[in-house]
Amino acid sequence: MLTDTNVLTKADAPFAAPYYSAAKSKVVRKPRAQNLSADVTTKRIAWVAQVSAVRDGQDKAAFAELFAYFAPRVKSFLMKSGASPDLAEECTQEVMATLWNKAHMFDPTKASVSTWIFTIARNRKIDLLRKQRRPEPEELPWGPEPEPDQVETMGLQQETEKLGQALAALPAAQRTLIERAYYGELTHSEIAAETGLPLGTIKSRIRLALDRLRHAMK
Amino acid sequence: MMSEMKKIKHHLTEPLLMGYAAGTLPEAFNLVVATHISMCDSCRAALAEYDAVGGEVMLDADPVSMAEDALAATMALIDKAPVIDVPIPAPARNGVFPAPLRDYVSGDLDAVKWRKVGGGVSQMVLPTSDDASVRLLRIPAGTAVPDHGHRGTELTLVLQGAFVDETDRFATGDVEVANEDLNHTPVAEIGADCICLAATDAPLRFNGLIPRIAQKFIDI
Repeated sequence: MLTDTNVLTKADAPFAAPYYSAAKSKVVRKPRAQNLSADVTTKRIAWVAQVSAVRDGQDKAAFAELFAYFAPRVKSFLMKSGASPDLAEECTQEVMATLWNKAHMFDPTKASVSTWIFTIARNRKIDLLRKQRRPEPEELPWGPEPEPDQVETMGLQQETEKLGQALAALPAAQRTLIERAYYGELTHSEIAAETGLPLGTIKSRIRLALDRLRHAMK
Repeated sequence: MMSEMKKIKHHLTEPLLMGYAAGTLPEAFNLVVATHISMCDSCRAALAEYDAVGGEVMLDADPVSMAEDALAATMALIDKAPVIDVPIPAPARNGVFPAPLRDYVSGDLDAVKWRKVGGGVSQMVLPTSDDASVRLLRIPAGTAVPDHGHRGTELTLVLQGAFVDETDRFATGDVEVANEDLNHTPVAEIGADCICLAATDAPLRFNGLIPRIAQKFIDI
């Protein structure tokens, strides 16, 4: 895919070099994972536990914590995507209600809670703001396991955290481009024409985690 | 379909995957993307990354306060609409069309209502939002689609058979992403009829007088 080319092309850019060399060698990756700030991954594992509590026990306190953290961010995302404050408020409440109702669909070995809530918010945005249907890919033959594998869960949550950190570490101009693409300010042709987008850099980490996962399933 | 998966050579571009994850593509393009991903593990994994990027962009947004009674209002929504467990339809592995396409056709290949568009080629336009259009094309084995260029972007996903154009060979599962730079004459290979799902966000440009007149009638 294009990613490989992008990574290679950007290997001469100073910011990309460490990611490139890290992605090349699993030996380099291990110590990095251990150095990761315990706090931030703990935060992601806590979200996973909160979603499980909603699913298994209809736990309102756990839901309230997820709500307090995510609802204002979903609302912000929707407003930046063009929703009025009122519509964004209404839409966010529906997104959070969906989280409750579909908690059994969440698979922590395939996504972080932040990723999952984003996809719910995005689908609601297409429905409400763009008034379109959203064709979704065919589901894989396997669904979420009742007891997700702890090692895989931890691995995926860590990789997502690293992705977030890689995104935050980008130069402001590049980060802004990515944000604009997600807020709908760039069309796909504009994304294609934009040579400054560090697509290979930001994604190399999580792709490795998902590749490992897919191979483990076969 | 499973045996076909390993052979996919032409994939979605990164901007299309990013646009699909962001939810900013026209519906017609979304249908091609969702159908290809149903057939392609590597693009499925790539999409998961772009979803994850979206999640991190959302986390990074400056939080906007919710209404004071927002949590209570949400709990009321939850109580009002008890969980309706919509069972996910099991993928029909024997069909030609993946699930998202079957949704739009209301069935598999045998349910398509073909209309002849000339030169032996048939099509069925699928209903989507009008910022782009998407159609199924049936090109009889050995037949050429007239030489044409593109004003915008054209996505062509092969669902059965194969076609060859000036750039390469495209077989089942392959997607060709064409833009303004490409003038091509796709020819269906000898063997089975070639069935494609083709989306475009601008009218095609045929390079000949007769096809240009035909274009008025076939609504491309």
